[in-house]
Amino acid sequence: MTAQGAPVRRQGPPVGEGTLKDLSHPGRRASSFALLEVPDAPVPEELRRARLPSLPEVSEIDLIRHFTRLSQMNYGVDTGFYPLGSCTMKHNPKAAEEVAALPGFRRLHPLQPDSAVQGALELMWRLERALCEITGMARATLQPPAGACGEMTGLLIMRAFHADRGRARPKVIIPDSAHGTNPASVRLAGFEAVPVPSDPRGLVDVSALAGLVDEDVAGLMLTNPNTLGLFEMEIEEIARIVHAAGGLGYYDGANLNAILGRCRPGDMGFDIVHINTHKTFATPHGGGGPGAGPVGVVDALVPYLPTPTVERADDGSLFLERDRPRSIGRLHGFHGNFGVIVRAYAYVLLHGADGLREVSELAALNANYLAELVKEDFPLAYPDGRPMHEFVATARRLKEETGVRAMDVAKRLIDLGFHPPTVYFPLVVEEAVMVEPTETETRETLDAFAMALRQAAAEARTQPDLLHEAPVTTPVRRLDEARAARHMRLHW
Amino acid sequence: MRFAPHTDDDVRQMLSRIGRGSLDELFDQIPADVRLNRPLDLPAGVSEMQMVAEMRLLAARNRDVDEIVCFAGAGAYDHYVPSLVWQLAGRSEFYTAYTPYQPELSQGVLQVLFEYQSMICELTGLDVSNASLYDGATALVEAVNMARPAGEGRVLVSSGVDPRYVETLRAFGRGGGYEPEVFTSGEVPPIDDGVVAVVAQFPDRFGVLEPVRDLFGAARQGGARAIQVFDPLSLGVLASPAELGAEIAVAEGQCLGNHLSFGGPYLGILAARMEDVRKMPGRIAGETVDVDGRAGYVLTLQAREQHIRREKANSNICTNQSLMAIAAAIYLGWLGPAGLEELGRQCAARAAYAAERLCEVPGVELLVGGRPFFKEFALRLPRPAAEVRDALLDHGILAGVPLEDADGHALLVAVTERRSREEIDGYAIALAEVLS
Ligand SMILES: Cc1ncc(COP(=O)(O)O)c(C=O)c1O
Repeated sequence: MTAQGAPVRRQGPPVGEGTLKDLSHPGRRASSFALLEVPDAPVPEELRRARLPSLPEVSEIDLIRHFTRLSQMNYGVDTGFYPLGSCTMKHNPKAAEEVAALPGFRRLHPLQPDSAVQGALELMWRLERALCEITGMARATLQPPAGACGEMTGLLIMRAFHADRGRARPKVIIPDSAHGTNPASVRLAGFEAVPVPSDPRGLVDVSALAGLVDEDVAGLMLTNPNTLGLFEMEIEEIARIVHAAGGLGYYDGANLNAILGRCRPGDMGFDIVHINTHKTFATPHGGGGPGAGPVGVVDALVPYLPTPTVERADDGSLFLERDRPRSIGRLHGFHGNFGVIVRAYAYVLLHGADGLREVSELAALNANYLAELVKEDFPLAYPDGRPMHEFVATARRLKEETGVRAMDVAKRLIDLGFHPPTVYFPLVVEEAVMVEPTETETRETLDAFAMALRQAAAEARTQPDLLHEAPVTTPVRRLDEARAARHMRLHW
Repeated sequence: MRFAPHTDDDVRQMLSRIGRGSLDELFDQIPADVRLNRPLDLPAGVSEMQMVAEMRLLAARNRDVDEIVCFAGAGAYDHYVPSLVWQLAGRSEFYTAYTPYQPELSQGVLQVLFEYQSMICELTGLDVSNASLYDGATALVEAVNMARPAGEGRVLVSSGVDPRYVETLRAFGRGGGYEPEVFTSGEVPPIDDGVVAVVAQFPDRFGVLEPVRDLFGAARQGGARAIQVFDPLSLGVLASPAELGAEIAVAEGQCLGNHLSFGGPYLGILAARMEDVRKMPGRIAGETVDVDGRAGYVLTLQAREQHIRREKANSNICTNQSLMAIAAAIYLGWLGPAGLEELGRQCAARAAYAAERLCEVPGVELLVGGRPFFKEFALRLPRPAAEVRDALLDHGILAGVPLEDADGHALLVAVTERRSREEIDGYAIALAEVLS
C-alpha cells in the first residue's frame, strides 16, 4: 500500500507561470475611476515625478488568471495536512473570515472617536478578559502584531519595571532550545542573552539556572511546553529561583495549544506571557502573516502596558485610555492587527471553556499517537520525555545508516502528498524532525502520514535516490539557495 | 462548536494504541499544584450560527465608513479596494499557508512576494524591498535599526513625521539605546559624526509637501542614512524617494488594497539600496533555479534572520504581513502605471477642492497656509477640533482626525479618490452649520 495525501501537482504549462511583468502589454489596464468632476490641481513641477514607475500593464482577466494559477502552486492547511512543528497549523474556521469581513469591523477607521467604535472596543475588551482568564494574568494588550513583537513588549515592560526600581539589570536568561525570536528580541530590547543549557531530559537544567541567576538578571524567558514539546516539570522551582533574585518570568506562550484549560502561566508563577493567536486561536497564517501577539501581565506590571488600553467608564461605555504615564508607549501605529483579533475572538466564542480544554486534549492525543506510530524509524530526540502537543524526533540514525537526511525525508513527503514537518529546529537536536499534527486532524490522516514517513524511511534503505532527488511532483524541484544568495535577483 | 474530528471510538482506540488509560494521563507531567482544577471562567461554546449573530451585534455597534463619509486619514486611508484584490488574496491556498519554508510547495506565495518586491522597487526607485513588515510605524523602527547596525548613533527625526511613528520609535528606542531627537521640519539640523539616521516624511504629517532634498543631501554628506516615510499612492505624481535622495524608504501599505480594519492588519513597506541589503530586516524572496535549471523562487539571504543569527540578528521579525503584501501586489497590478497616475491626480484635485470649499466656511483656514499639499491638509478651526468632529458625526460625516496642534483646534482632513464633489460640498455645508 502506498501512502497518499493531496499531492500538489504542476498546474498549467510546464514552464511555470511567468511574472506579471511578462504579461504586461503597453496600454492595457484593469483599473477604472469616476470622472473627475472637480478642477485639476497639479502638484508643483519641482515636486513631480520625472518618469512613471513601470508597473505591469495588464487586464483584469490576466490578473485573475495569474494570481489564481499562482495560488494553485501553493499549499495551505486547506490543501492538506500541514504538521509544521512550532507553528500550530490547525484548521482556520471559515466563519471567522466571514465575521472579520463585516463592514462594521473591516470598514472602521482606526482614529474614529470612541463613541463610533463601541462594538470594536467591546470585542477587544472581551477578548482581553478571555485571554487573561486563559493565561491567569491581570490585564493584556492586543497591540503586538505578532509573537516577536509581543516578546519586545514584554521585555520592554521588564526593562521599565526594573528601571522604576532603580536598578538596570542587563541580562535575560534563555534556554538553549529557545526559538530564534527570543534571543533576537532580548538583544533588541537592550539586554544580553544568557543561555541556560538543557539537561539530559530536554528540560531546563535547574541547577545551572540557579548558578546563572543574580542581581544582574532582569528575568527569564521560557517556552512551555518547550520547543521540544516537553512540559517543564520544574516550572515552579524555575519561577521561584528567578523571583528570588528579583527577576521576572516571561512565558513564551507560542505553545499554549498544549495547555488550554489545563494550567495557566500565571498559576505557574510567571509575570508576562505572549500568545500567538495565529497558532492557538486558529487565525490563518496568511502565507507568512499576519498574526497577533497579545501580551498579558500580572497586576504589578499593568501600568507599563502599551498605550492605549481599553477601559470602561462608569456609564458602561468603553474608551481608549491614552494618559498612562508609566506605559512603555506604543509598539504599533494603531491598535495592532484588529482583523486578526476579531478572528481570535470568534474562535474563543465558538469553543468556550470546554471546547478550549478539549483542544489541548486532542492536540496532545494526536501528537502522542503519531509519535508512537513513527518512533521506530524516527525516535524521539528525548526518548524519556512525554510529548504534549508536538514531538521532536530525530533522523540521526537514518542519516548514519543511509546518508539520507531529515531534509531529504521532508522533500520525499512532499512527493507523497504532505507538507513536511519543521526540520532542523530546535537547533539543539541533530537532524530534528518536529511534528505538530494539531487537534483538527483525523486519525486516518495521521495514519496516512505515519505510513508516508515509514515508507520514506524504508526507501532510504532501498532506493535512497527517491529521497535525494525529491520532490519531483511539484512545479519546481529543489532550488539552488546558495545561488539565490550569491546572485541576488530580488526583483524583475 | 468544535473542529476536532474525533469520535469517542477514535479517542479510545488512539489511547489504547499509546497505552494510556485516559486523556488526563497525557497531562501527567504537569505538576499537581499548577493544574487548573476548575473549568475556565468563559461562556460555553456556541454554534457557528450563534457566533455569527453575536459578532453581527458587535459590528452593528460601530459606525463604519460605508455609513459615514470618511475624511479621516493620518496614516490610514479610505481608498477603494477593488473586488478582485480579496477575491484573489482570499484564496485559501494563500491565506492558510505559512512562511514558505518549503519552497517547492510555496511557489505561489514566493512568486507573489517577488512581484511585490519588484513593484515596490519600481515605485520607490530603490534597489531592494523586503517581503513586508508589520506596519508603517514599525517599518520606521526597522529602518532606524538598519542605520544603527552596531546599535550606536543618534537618530534625528523631523517634526513633520507622524507623531504615532515617533512614539513607536521612542518605545523601541528604549531597548535600542537611542532617543529620537526631533528637529523642526523644513530646517537642516547639524549632522555631525554621531548622527546615523535622519528621518523625514514626505508628504509630511499635515499633508504638506515640505521639500526634503536638501535635508537628505546633508544627511548623506554627513554619513547618516536618509530615511523617508512616503505615501505609496502619491508616487504616480510625486517625486519618488530615490529622486528625493532617500536611501531607505518606509511606508504604510494599507492604502494598497488593504482594508481599514480599525488599524490592522496593515503592511509595513521597506525599500533600500543594494549596499544595505544585508542589513535589511525580514523575509526577502529571490529568484534562482532548480536542479533542472528551471526558474523558481526561495526565501533568500536568510543568514540575516533571527532563526539563524539569533541574538546577533538585527531584527526579530518572524511572522510578518505577507497576505497584505499579496493584496498590495494584486492591487498594484490592477492599478498599473496609468491608474497610479490617475489616482494621484484625483486625490490631489479632490483634496484641493475640499480645502477650498472648507476654507470658505467663516473662521476656518489652513493650518499651514500657502503650501502645496497632496491628499491631506490640516484645518485650523474656531472651536476645538474634537468637538467639531463629534458634531459632524451626527451629519454622517467623519470629518477628519483632530490634532494636538493649535491647542487642539487643528483637524487633519484626508480626501481620497472616493470622495465625490457632492460629499465634499455636503461636508462644507455641514461644517458651516456646526460652526454657526
Ligand atoms: C516558540 C516560539 N516563540 C516565538 C515565536 C515568534 O512568533 P511570531 O512568528 O508570531 O513572531 C514562534 C513562532 O514562530 C515560536 O514558535
